[in-house]
Amino acid sequence: MQTSVINIESIRNDFPILKRKVHKDKPLVYFDNAATSQKPIQVIDSISNYYLNYNSNIHRAVHELAEESTAAYELTRDKVAKFINVKNRVELIFVRGTTEAINLIAYSWGRQNVQKDDIVVTTEYEHHSNIVPWQILTKEKGAKLEYIGVDDNGELILDQLDTYLDTGKVKLVTFSQMSNVLGTISKTEEIIKKCRQKGVRVLVDGAQSVPHLKVDIQKLDCDFFAFSAHKMLGPTGVGVLWARKELLENMVPFNTGGDMIREVHKYETTWNDLPYKFEAGTPNIADVIGFSAALDYLDKIGMDKVREHEVELTKYALDKISAVKGIVLYGPPDITKRGGVISFNLGDIHPHDLATIIDEDGIAIRSGHHCAQVLMERLDVSATSRASFYIYNTKEEVDVFIRSLNRARELFRL
Amino acid sequence: MSSADIYREIILDYYRNPRNYGKIENPDISQKDSNPLCGDELEMHINLRENKVADVKFTGKGCAISQASASMLTELIMGKDFDFVKKLTKEDILENLGLHELGPARIKCALLSLKVLKYGIYSYVSEKLNDTVSADKIKEEASGLF
Ligand SMILES: Cc1ncc(COP(=O)(O)O)c(C=O)c1O
Repeated sequence: MQTSVINIESIRNDFPILKRKVHKDKPLVYFDNAATSQKPIQVIDSISNYYLNYNSNIHRAVHELAEESTAAYELTRDKVAKFINVKNRVELIFVRGTTEAINLIAYSWGRQNVQKDDIVVTTEYEHHSNIVPWQILTKEKGAKLEYIGVDDNGELILDQLDTYLDTGKVKLVTFSQMSNVLGTISKTEEIIKKCRQKGVRVLVDGAQSVPHLKVDIQKLDCDFFAFSAHKMLGPTGVGVLWARKELLENMVPFNTGGDMIREVHKYETTWNDLPYKFEAGTPNIADVIGFSAALDYLDKIGMDKVREHEVELTKYALDKISAVKGIVLYGPPDITKRGGVISFNLGDIHPHDLATIIDEDGIAIRSGHHCAQVLMERLDVSATSRASFYIYNTKEEVDVFIRSLNRARELFRL
Repeated sequence: MSSADIYREIILDYYRNPRNYGKIENPDISQKDSNPLCGDELEMHINLRENKVADVKFTGKGCAISQASASMLTELIMGKDFDFVKKLTKEDILENLGLHELGPARIKCALLSLKVLKYGIYSYVSEKLNDTVSADKIKEEASGLF
């Protein structure tokens, strides 16, 4: 019953956590991958190997340990460059996560480039981390924040983007390549093309796309790109910001202090070269090194295969869940337009009650507003339940999930 | 606590047919709060007469536990002495709901109504009765709930 594309059994063996039981004797069915993915033993080992064998600060000392840790840390940068096809490795900055990357752009680029009466365009299906920094910036500058709406199929209404671009006042368009609630895959290349024609900068939030789709930065041709390691088998506390070199060179540093300087005098400081200008202080060395192992793991499977597996599993799940009486599904019905994320409501069962009930059967899903309250308002709901898949999930697990939804219906006498 | 014990007939009934749902014009006490984690919202209105709860109503949206808890709380305090209402504890609420062993994530749902009530009483006692000493005690109880 496993999907045909990848060898799930051998993959599952690499994830120790998938062997644990919850609520005493229930096998764990982990369907909360859009929040964070599980980690394979290779990632866990690589982190403990660093602490056991060559723990040391990077870029500073000349001893052997520091040489090893610096090399391992910088090797991750090379692997990221290869993974998302970035030409120049110095354009890749390690940060804490997507949230920090977006805040960095809003602070270091936004405050210099967005002025009174300018427009920043975001969308109705953004995560709060791609809304709040722009609210703060536009309020501070007397600029305007505009939203590309979401249609009833859960897709962006791109005509609205044209209208905003036609004003000639847009400085930045920022949007997620895949919605964390609806699973919608944005028409990323089309949006970027429209913006470039008008000379407007584009930021792509890749938090949900990079873990599940093949992403090629050179082909996309955007200006800024952000994603998080922890949603793609890597550790928490590591994220990546990519931006064009000429933009990074003209941006002011976000954090200042050690490592990001060239020379410090009593009253003057000059900045270090890229990427170090934006990596102040001791970074999250162990987890950046652990992220390397995650990239290797995904590379070995191949992102095309990851996507194929998820399409097959999501198709299967959508088919089964549509047959549950009282189900309401959100997001595009067309499987080619969505990732492995299914948001839904079941009758009048509140998502928190539903999550509590199916948790008893060992199933971990997310319930609530998913850090997307603007989208919740658009959908006219206060919350949804969300099941999200990854490489280790199986059709058998989907069956357990569907049985559990039916048990919830019975408990609520639906 | 298993779901079968939580989602008993009575909880579902109060969730689907909440008693005392609605608003009061110019209430003596009016208080609103939400649980930022799950977005549950609750607003409570109370009228007092001769130191008794003459009327109480609530509006809100959220899970079965939070909404049933609020509705049952309004029934519990209707017509009662203000002193009784001031003294209500977390245990009283859970007892009233028949939910004794809720986990840490869900107990907040059950106690949101008591939190709103206590903050409402706090504002009333401090602003209208000018009794800052008792008010501070009530506020401390409210913020200690979760
Ligand atoms: C689309 C999207 N953007 C941004 C974020 C924020 O990522 P992080 O919490 O890793 O900073 C998330 C994570 O939930 C997300 O799904």
